[in-house]
Amino acid sequence: MADAITATGLVKRYKTVTALDGVDLAVPTGSVLGLLGPNGAGKTTIVRILTTLLQPDEGSATVAGVDVLAKPRDVRRRIGLSGQYAAVDEYLTGFENLDMIGRLYHLGVKRSRERARELLASFRLEDAADRPSKTYSGGMRRRLDLAGALVADPPIIFLDEPTTGLDPRGRTEMWEVIQNLVAGGTTLLLTTQYLEEADLLADDIVVIDHGKIIAQGTADQLKMQVGGERLELTVRDPATLHAARDLLEPLGVGKAGLDEGRRTLLMPITGGAQVLTEALRVLDDAGIGIDDVGLRRPTLDDVFLSLTGHASEEDTPPPDAPVTTPPHPGRHAATDESPTGGA
Amino acid sequence: MAAPTVFSDSYVVAKRNIIKIKRVPDLLVFTTLSPIMFVLLFAYVFGGAIAVPGGADPDAYREFLMAGIFAQTVIFGATITGAGLAEDVKKGIIDRFRSLPMAPSAVLTGRTISDVANNVLVLIVMSLTGLLVGWAIHSSPAEAALGYLLLLIFAYAVSWIMAWLGMLVPSVEVFNNATFIVIFPLTFVANTFVPLETLPAPLQTFAEWNPVSAVTQASRELFGNIPDGVPTPDAWPLQNPVLYTLIWSAIFIIVFVPLANYQYRRSTSR
Repeated sequence: MADAITATGLVKRYKTVTALDGVDLAVPTGSVLGLLGPNGAGKTTIVRILTTLLQPDEGSATVAGVDVLAKPRDVRRRIGLSGQYAAVDEYLTGFENLDMIGRLYHLGVKRSRERARELLASFRLEDAADRPSKTYSGGMRRRLDLAGALVADPPIIFLDEPTTGLDPRGRTEMWEVIQNLVAGGTTLLLTTQYLEEADLLADDIVVIDHGKIIAQGTADQLKMQVGGERLELTVRDPATLHAARDLLEPLGVGKAGLDEGRRTLLMPITGGAQVLTEALRVLDDAGIGIDDVGLRRPTLDDVFLSLTGHASEEDTPPPDAPVTTPPHPGRHAATDESPTGGA
Repeated sequence: MAAPTVFSDSYVVAKRNIIKIKRVPDLLVFTTLSPIMFVLLFAYVFGGAIAVPGGADPDAYREFLMAGIFAQTVIFGATITGAGLAEDVKKGIIDRFRSLPMAPSAVLTGRTISDVANNVLVLIVMSLTGLLVGWAIHSSPAEAALGYLLLLIFAYAVSWIMAWLGMLVPSVEVFNNATFIVIFPLTFVANTFVPLETLPAPLQTFAEWNPVSAVTQASRELFGNIPDGVPTPDAWPLQNPVLYTLIWSAIFIIVFVPLANYQYRRSTSR
C-alpha cells in the first residue's frame, strides 16, 4: 500500500543546536507509527514539519501524497493535528471550539454544528459541551483537543504527546479513544515519551534521540534487540548485592547488571519461574535478605535505555547486553517499571 | 475561492475573539478603568493647574481633556491585538490555526477587527465618563460620528503595529512592557493633556508632528471642543489634523500589514 507519510533526509538547525539530523520516515496508509524519544529528541520538530508549521532546512516530505513544502494548504486539508501545543481555546465552550474549527475547515455552518455535536457525543463531552473548556479536567481538554483534530474527518492524524501530563485514568481513557480511532483505518503518527504507550498503540516504532533515528521496528523486534526474560531482585542490605550477584550469575544466561543506588540486580535468564524459585533458595541459604523480586520481560524502556545508553560508546549494543543503571535518570522518570511480565 | 475564505475565516476568528470579550469581562473593565482614572486625575487634580486656551474655567479643561483621553485610550486599546496574539502563540492556538486549511491572513484580520469592536465599547464607556465630568459634544451628529470613526481608524492602523509586535515578542509580559514604554511618552508628548505652547521648543516640534496630537486635534475639532477665538495652530499637521491622521494610518497599514503577516507565517517556528 502507498505510504501516507514520507520524509526524506529532514534536517532542522537552530542557532546552536541541530534539532533534526537527517530523518527518514515512511508510514504506510492505515498504520500507526510511534515516534518515541525523550524531551528534546526532535519528535515535535518532525510533527511540526509534517503538519506544515515549520520548514526544514533540508530534506523533503509528503503527506497523503502531497508535497509538504510545495503545497502546504493542500496538506492541511488532509490532516488533523492535536497534542502538546495545538490547543483548544479555554474561553470558548467545547462546542464553540469544534464549531470554529469546522468553519475554518470550510465545512459550512450547518455541517460544522452537526459535526461538533457528533464529536462531543462520541468523546463523552456532551454534558460539558456548553461550558467554557477552561472548566474541563486535563483529560477532558485533551479529548476535546483530539476531537478538534478529527473535525474534518481527515485520513491522517498527528498526535503530539497526547497523554503527557494526564493522570493514569485520563491516559487510559485517551488510549481507548485512540484505539477506536485507528480501528477505523486512520493513519496515525503519534509521538510519545511513554514506552508502554508506543507499545500499546503503534504498529511500528521509531526511536529518536538527538535528532537522529537510533532504532526502528515493531515493538517485538525492538524488544528482541535487548533480549529475553530477566530476573529483577532488590536486596535488603546493599552490602550483600555483590554476593548475591556471584551466587545468582550461574543461574542466568548473561552478566547481571547492578544498580547500587536502588540495591537492585537485573539478570537475563531462561526458564522463568523455576529460575526464580532456585534463586530464592540460593539466597535464603546464604542468608541474604531481599525486599522485592520478580520476573520481567523487557519493556520498551529497556530498549530505549540500552539504545541510548550504549550509543555513545558502541555502534550497536550486543543483543544480550545487560541493562545497567539508567544512564539518563531524568529521561524515564515518568515511566513505571512493572516487575512482572504480564502488564 | 481565495477571497471569500479570507472574509468568512476572518469573521470566524473575529467572532471567537468577541466571545472572549464577553467571557472575560475583566479585560474590558481593566482597559477602561485606567482611562477613567486618568479622566478623574486630570479633571480634578491636575486640571486646575493647567491653563487651556478658552479660559480659566475648570470646565474648559475638561472639554479639552476628553479628546486626549480618547486618543490615548484607543491606542492602548489597540495593544490588545498584540497581547492577544502573543497569548495565542504561547497557548498553541496559533499552531492550531496554522495547521488548518484556512486563509492565513484571516487570523490577524479577524483579530484586528474584533479589537475594533473592543474599542467601540471602550469609546462608549469613556464618552459616558466624559459626560459625567462635564464634557459635551458641541458639533453636529455627523461631525461627531466622523470624530469617532477617525479614532477607530487610527486605532485600527495602530493595532497592525501591535499585531506585528505581538508575533515577534516571546511573551505577553514582554509585549506589555515594551508597548508601555513606547506608548506612554508618545501619548504624553502631545497635545493630549496639556496645550502644546507650554512645552519646551524641541519637544513642542516633536509633539506638533506626533500623529497622536493630530488625532487629538481632529477629535477636538470634530466634537466641537475648541472654543471660539482660539487661534489655529501654526504646524501643518495640526492645521490639517484629519488628513494627517489618515496619512499616518495609511502608512501604518501599508507597512505593518505585510510585516505582521510575514511574522505570522514565521511565528511559532521555535
